[in-house]
Amino acid sequence: MDALFFWILAAAAVVASLLVIGQRNPMHSVMWLIVSFCALSGLYVLLGAPFVAAIQIIIYAGAIMVLFLFVVMLLNVPTETPTEGPRRLLTAGPRRFGAVLAVVLVAELAWALRRVQGAAMPVNAAETSVHAIGLRLYRDYAFAFEATSVLILVAMVGAVILARRESK
Amino acid sequence: MLAPVAAWLGAHGVSPFMLRLIVQLGLIVAVFFALQISAAVLVYMERKVAALVQQRYGPYLVGPHGLMQPLADIVKLMFKEELRPKTADTALFYVAPVLSAVAAFAAFSVVPFGADTTLFGLLDRPIHLAAADVNVGLLVIFAITSMGVYGIVLAGWASNSKYSLLGGLRSSAQMISYELSYGLSFAAVIMLAGSLSLGHIVDAQAGYWFGVIPKWYIFIQPLGFFIFLTAGVAETNRAPFDFPEAEQELVAGYHTEYSSMSFALFFLAEYVNMVTVSAVATDLFLGGWHGPFLPEWLGGVWFFGKLFAILFFYIWMRWTLPRYRYDQFMEFGWKYLLPAAVINLLVTAAVVVYFGF
Amino acid sequence: MPEPTLNSYLMLSAVLFAIGTAGVFLRRNLITILLSVEVMLNAVNLTFVAADRFFQTVDGQIIVFFVMTVAAAEAAVGLAIIIALFRHRESLNPDAFTSLKW
Repeated sequence: MDALFFWILAAAAVVASLLVIGQRNPMHSVMWLIVSFCALSGLYVLLGAPFVAAIQIIIYAGAIMVLFLFVVMLLNVPTETPTEGPRRLLTAGPRRFGAVLAVVLVAELAWALRRVQGAAMPVNAAETSVHAIGLRLYRDYAFAFEATSVLILVAMVGAVILARRESK
Repeated sequence: MLAPVAAWLGAHGVSPFMLRLIVQLGLIVAVFFALQISAAVLVYMERKVAALVQQRYGPYLVGPHGLMQPLADIVKLMFKEELRPKTADTALFYVAPVLSAVAAFAAFSVVPFGADTTLFGLLDRPIHLAAADVNVGLLVIFAITSMGVYGIVLAGWASNSKYSLLGGLRSSAQMISYELSYGLSFAAVIMLAGSLSLGHIVDAQAGYWFGVIPKWYIFIQPLGFFIFLTAGVAETNRAPFDFPEAEQELVAGYHTEYSSMSFALFFLAEYVNMVTVSAVATDLFLGGWHGPFLPEWLGGVWFFGKLFAILFFYIWMRWTLPRYRYDQFMEFGWKYLLPAAVINLLVTAAVVVYFGF
Repeated sequence: MPEPTLNSYLMLSAVLFAIGTAGVFLRRNLITILLSVEVMLNAVNLTFVAADRFFQTVDGQIIVFFVMTVAAAEAAVGLAIIIALFRHRESLNPDAFTSLKW
């Protein structure tokens, strides 16, 4: 049963990600990315990490993507426009390079993984409790936690200043 | 009491696992239909309460005391023409109300409405009375509520109309601002109860202090309850925070261009969201299904009583209070409610650590 | 239906990462490039959680928590920069910002 869910969710994540990079309209790209995030959240539940699954939806799909949507709506640039001049929308050079790079990456990783025996995942391991995550986070990683809060503050201030209209 | 029935079924090839599965599916179907019926009941209740507040009769002609009014409303909505602006983004235009409605229904799925029961012995182990009971129930509710923003944002954008866009942007900014205070107020409750599962939180509120005062969290978290309800009203876009529907300013906000069943879906989503926020408030602060005089298995009656009290309060507020101005409202959310929620959390944390709750 | 092993999760993560990389190289819209970067970050998160389950620890999920936070901060700043750029050139095509090219 778990295996079936894994393959369905994995297929959904891959298809949604392909559609993200394939859509012309950035609005539709954002929507497909949200679908991909939901598929990944399901995979996290399968991996016994319900907290991370919920956090994925709350932060990624619920907050970061809303930010992307706001910016897309604000800038109101619906589709990709061709560049100035006689050049095509996408020249052959970067297209070939990108495709070859992606294929090489996947091939390399597949080769590396094939050489190792497929290590079975522990089947009946208990799912991670939020209590355990909280203990680790606030005891061993407390400094990193405080540092990320400073990081978010800096990012917030920076974003406000960068996007501000210059007052003439 | 029903154990012999279970035994008989077991002898005829229905294993306890199958029986449990069937009961679980039955619960899911029951919760779904109950939510739809509650939306219809709320439509009637809103109009009747509004009428009584305004000293008039309200729906009176359709059925005895206007009780068939929701049915008339639904039939009218079904027969209206389905319109779509020509320049609207078709896919997103139709996905938006579906997304709103799905998020509203899914959020209620982890809310328990009664004590664990074995259905009088039909099942071998007790079953939680919720459509789905997960260990991180409260986080799931929060996650799905934050997905509900998309229905409104997409509706505002896809309609390709000024009023819709403004209404959609306003509403989504409102919802994400008040999500913070919403989360912080129930973080304090999680600290008190020590669990993220709504069933455990309700069970932590059983019993009485001094034999008289029930151990509900509203008595030890009054500020938290106020913050939760305020943020909940803001999340569900109800008065006095109903900017997306500010008729005087925005025609009808994000659902200006919708008609017939798409509009009905938004309508349904709004009422089901109200029910969800009230149900979560009941479970978190008002002790859920615990109450005097009734046996444990009838706890659902107390739950529905408290739920309707909060819903009545919601409707009462709508027809009594004037609407805020948008900038006053955002200032209140960020400069007053959020610091209050943080202070509430800090004080609760200090008390929990010091007194070892 | 074969049971998913650790390798299945790692392969899935690799494929998603490759798709994100391809998106960064192939797309000519700044926002879509940022979205592809988010796809890559998610692939990495999946690796962490899968390894976490395999080694029976909790550290991977903590790292995922931090990756998400950093991704949020980076998305915010990146989008602010895109808004500032758009105000200058009225275009979201990276080929429009070539004034430093010799």
